[in-house]
Amino acid sequence: MAEPEASSAAANGGGRLRNAFGGVLSAFTLLLIGVLAFSIRLFSVIKYESVIHEFDPYFNFRVTQFLSKNGIYEFWNWFDDRTWYPLGRVIGGTVYPGLTLTAGTIWWLLNSLNIPLSVETVCVFTAPIFSANASWATYLLTKEAKGTGAGLMAAAILAMVPSYISRSVAGSYDNEAVAIFALIFTFYLYVKTLNTGSLFYATLNALSYFYMVCSWGGYTFIINLIPMHVLLCIVTGRYSSRLYIAYAPLVILGTLLAALVPVVGFNAVMTSEHFASFLVFIILHVVALVYYIKGLLTPRLFKVAMTLVISVGLAVCFAVVAVLVALVASSPTKGWSGRSLSLLDPTYASKYIPIIASVSEHQPPTWPSYFMDINVLAFLIPAGIISCFLPLSDASSFMVLYLVTAVYFSGVMVRLMLVLAPAACILSGIALSEVFGVLTRSLKFQLSKLFDDSSSAVPASGDSSTERATNSTKSENGNEKSETAPKEKPSKKNRKKEKEMAESVPVKPNKKEKRLLVLPFELSIMGILLLIVLGGFYVVHCVWAAAEAYSAPSIVLTSRSRDGLHVFDDFREAYAWLSHNTDVDDKVASWWDYGYQTTAMANRTVIVDNNTWNNTHIATVGTAMSSPEKAAWEIFNSLDVKYVLVVFGGLVGYPSDDINKFLWMVRIGGGVFPHIKEPDYLRDGQYRVDAQATPTMLNCLMYKLCYYRFVETDGKGFDRVRGYEIGKKHFKLTHFEEVFTTHHWMVRIYKLKPQKNRVRGKLKKLKSGAKSSSTLAAGRKNPWQ
Amino acid sequence: MPPSFQTLATATVLLLLFTASAVSCASLPPEDGIRIVSAEKRIDLTGPIVKVYLTLKVENVAAASDAYQVLLAFTPTEVQHLAIVKATRAEGKRKKKTYVPLAVEASDLATSAPNGANLYSVLLDAPLKPGETITLEVLYVLTHSLEPFPAEISQSESQLVYYRDSAVLLSPYHVLEQVTYIKMPSNRIESFTRVDPTSRAGTEVKYGTYSNQAPNSYLPILVHYENNRPFAVVEELVRKVEISHWGNVQITEHYKLRHGGARHKGVFSRLEYQSRPSISGASSFKNLLARLPPRVHSVYYRDEIGNISTSHLRIGSHKSELEIEPRYPLFGGWHCTFTIGYGLPLQDFLFESDDGRRFINLTFGCPLLDTVVDDLTIKVVLPEGSKNPQPIVPFATEKHLETSYSYLDVVGRTTVVLKKNNVVGEHNVPFQVHYEFNPIFMLAEPMMLISAVLLFFVACIAYLHMDLSIGKSS
Repeated sequence: MAEPEASSAAANGGGRLRNAFGGVLSAFTLLLIGVLAFSIRLFSVIKYESVIHEFDPYFNFRVTQFLSKNGIYEFWNWFDDRTWYPLGRVIGGTVYPGLTLTAGTIWWLLNSLNIPLSVETVCVFTAPIFSANASWATYLLTKEAKGTGAGLMAAAILAMVPSYISRSVAGSYDNEAVAIFALIFTFYLYVKTLNTGSLFYATLNALSYFYMVCSWGGYTFIINLIPMHVLLCIVTGRYSSRLYIAYAPLVILGTLLAALVPVVGFNAVMTSEHFASFLVFIILHVVALVYYIKGLLTPRLFKVAMTLVISVGLAVCFAVVAVLVALVASSPTKGWSGRSLSLLDPTYASKYIPIIASVSEHQPPTWPSYFMDINVLAFLIPAGIISCFLPLSDASSFMVLYLVTAVYFSGVMVRLMLVLAPAACILSGIALSEVFGVLTRSLKFQLSKLFDDSSSAVPASGDSSTERATNSTKSENGNEKSETAPKEKPSKKNRKKEKEMAESVPVKPNKKEKRLLVLPFELSIMGILLLIVLGGFYVVHCVWAAAEAYSAPSIVLTSRSRDGLHVFDDFREAYAWLSHNTDVDDKVASWWDYGYQTTAMANRTVIVDNNTWNNTHIATVGTAMSSPEKAAWEIFNSLDVKYVLVVFGGLVGYPSDDINKFLWMVRIGGGVFPHIKEPDYLRDGQYRVDAQATPTMLNCLMYKLCYYRFVETDGKGFDRVRGYEIGKKHFKLTHFEEVFTTHHWMVRIYKLKPQKNRVRGKLKKLKSGAKSSSTLAAGRKNPWQ
Repeated sequence: MPPSFQTLATATVLLLLFTASAVSCASLPPEDGIRIVSAEKRIDLTGPIVKVYLTLKVENVAAASDAYQVLLAFTPTEVQHLAIVKATRAEGKRKKKTYVPLAVEASDLATSAPNGANLYSVLLDAPLKPGETITLEVLYVLTHSLEPFPAEISQSESQLVYYRDSAVLLSPYHVLEQVTYIKMPSNRIESFTRVDPTSRAGTEVKYGTYSNQAPNSYLPILVHYENNRPFAVVEELVRKVEISHWGNVQITEHYKLRHGGARHKGVFSRLEYQSRPSISGASSFKNLLARLPPRVHSVYYRDEIGNISTSHLRIGSHKSELEIEPRYPLFGGWHCTFTIGYGLPLQDFLFESDDGRRFINLTFGCPLLDTVVDDLTIKVVLPEGSKNPQPIVPFATEKHLETSYSYLDVVGRTTVVLKKNNVVGEHNVPFQVHYEFNPIFMLAEPMMLISAVLLFFVACIAYLHMDLSIGKSS
């Protein structure tokens, strides 16, 4: 310890300037990284327009609009009657408010400075801003573990990792955009507390955790990962008072703060997702007590006390565990939410909750999606893990643990690839920085050797002897130390407090490493070049992903043809039509995917939306869509629906339309109303709407609404998505009438016809008809009557 | 049209005629001795807006007194829908005709006219001496005067409208000879009231010649014909003109548009609309043309849910044309809203007057062609620090001042708000806003930003050089 300090003191004059220069350089690099993170996400604005993307962001946008118009108290009390008709939804109590509050605050701040940006603009650019923040947070976190170089590298990699870009392009105004920042920042503060043992950081950590809880349901990942790490530290005998300070305040403060968020509330202490943290909290205290007693007592006495404590502790543990088990067993889902359960048991959702399984982002990912989303990082991660183990510290063990758990979760759900991305970036950053360090160091060493050789005019003989190497390393020592000094400085500061620990040990192996890791000149040049190529490949891929793959707002589609760019703006056409030409209180029924957009863009009441909290309600709509026209009319009429909206891609070849989603409607509907049976819609287990399709399929409402008068467009009824002619071509609608179809037929809106006047002579006939139909569909035909 | 209806209509018309003539007999003779020697009334019904061209040959038959004004009479319904009245005096013969514009104002003699008819007076530039004659050309524009009948049509029907007027010229003066022409857009004329002599030639119906009509005579006529021209009605238009002395005039226009024709009923079939464009939805329209100033830049066209991609801009040296399509074709009774914004070079619009004040010269009205604006608001946002704004508009508008705040404003920008109802294309005339402005205010915001950044750096330096820790860590 003394030696490097002395040398750094010797190089104090030059070192200080160098230090300042390095600081400015890294600050400037960080700034550039922030700009990079922000600007790579602007492809969507440049290629398309500044608009909110997809589905969930529209809801968040609508909430933000409400917040900015009515203020925070109204927001907490907001009961939204525009959705889930006739049930409504308590928005204030069921939404993670972090994102909306953030954007609302930014908007308010700008407006109080008289910068008249619209709420929409603020919402569009919130995600890129927070991506820049996230890359800075990554820098801080990695710096805690492996120093500035690795931090900068990791920040640069995170700034453009496609997985994160996919959720944070400009316009993608979703919880994840701010949550990833909160996640990384919380981890940083945890590691920082762990390194410093400062209560200040511990408090900040709890606050940051609070922000994370506000932002995203993924906070359970933090509150499970940190206990796991604490447990790991305890098990591997790395318990220290710093660990205690890092963990105990987080659990207490964090849980209290989490309970303040309405959507979490008592879940913070009641659900199984949080039990691990409390369990580890208890264990930590037991361990702390053991260490304390160990310090007080003589070894002999300690043994006695140990047995005492263990027996009492075990009893207490059993009691607690028994209570927990009882509590858990008493709840039907064992205290776990459906999504968490499907994380632990990947087959759970597909077995029990089709609505979770129906969402594509809840499916397990395929291998190509790993390559797509984290690209070369997948190959760098192992190297990162190795370098984390080289000197295994608390921080680096945390990284490894984070990576391992994130890999598992990403394997279960595509969506959680997002959690893996920061871990992958950090470890790849560490790996790259280590490799670069080794290569440049050996390069430098070889170069200096070369210069030495040329100056002393000694021909470089084939036996590059080790003593010569050691000689020149020694001569170089001063230089190198002064270079590494600023890097080590912060970590040295931290470690001052634990002087008695084996801190002088890493210095020695370091020196040894340097000696051993000298690579031949050509090899290091080659290595550096290859790394640059690898990095270039990554950058190219990221830019491509940002520009081509993840920028489409999905509400406006484009296609390139010979005569230029063609724009399909049908969704907004339909929503604008609804918003201007229907009554403000009309109810619009559609599959739940379009619920958020309809409420946000058309401002009309919907029956179901993307917040799939009520399975029965969704099943009702699914049942209506898969029923024949008359039964569907009755269901919709009982729900007070006036318009039915379907998305149809058959004319232009838009694949994610309602016909392709239809089987999920049947499944979800059939899950609640058993008279809808999936096999009725399948011919020999195959889903098809051509001439081979089953009569049930060809007579259901969804088929009819999608293909009504479709045959007249080309005379054959050729469906471009499915690639064949439709089964039933000419039919009339009796209970619905077409009121609007967009330019490319992508959205079709139908109005429920009013009930016919009863004609006296036909009374008998009607009755018999009704009877026969009711006997056909026995039981729960219409759930609302 | 069924014949029974026609007889009924004729009966009502006759009834009206009797009452009108009965009233006209009781009316007072005009106090000044003006007589209309010949009058020609040409009613243009081809568009959604009714334009009426009057050519009046006026003679002063009074013994001694000069005439300073000529009165025009309008029925109360006409006055409600009257957008603008313009009058010119024609000089010279045939080819060498020149027109001298004359001022027109609502006359305070309104009480003297029978049946609540309103009078407008054309102020002559030179008094009309006894025995002299002049020729006046009058144009007036009526909006919302075509009543769709039937009021609701389906997609395949075309739009039929009613137009009501008088066969003879309503005038407080004695009219010696008068003829009325009504021009319609197509040959399809369902019916028209016959007041002999009446004749029809193609798309034109001629009433007259009538001679020796007593003052205030009125012969109601009803024309029922096909009119499929776009009935685009801008219910509300807010134009915001922001002037920056750094070189830009930014104009933002918020439109609330409605198809004012016969209401659409029943289904809208995209199939029929696309496959038979000529028959299906004949009265609907899907695009509009806006005429913008030349050298326009940064044009955008959007609505509250984002950009609307269907627009074309042609920039010319005299004018720019922006062709816009709403998101969906507009059928009768359908609404849509959109926003057009564009920037213009400042030097084309801002001038300095002789007294050192500045004035901005802008065009009043709505850039969309052939539309009626029910409610127009123009907000001219002057730069921060402007004083004593003074708008000069050639016709009556409601004016007031307000303060608006924009980028980093501290004291706010003075905003001149002009409001007018019932605006048509004829209102697209220049108007000016004069104001005082000290160029030093241009530097206010840059200086503010510079000092903010400076303060930030100073704070950083101070923070780095201060030791805020309580206890020294050894």
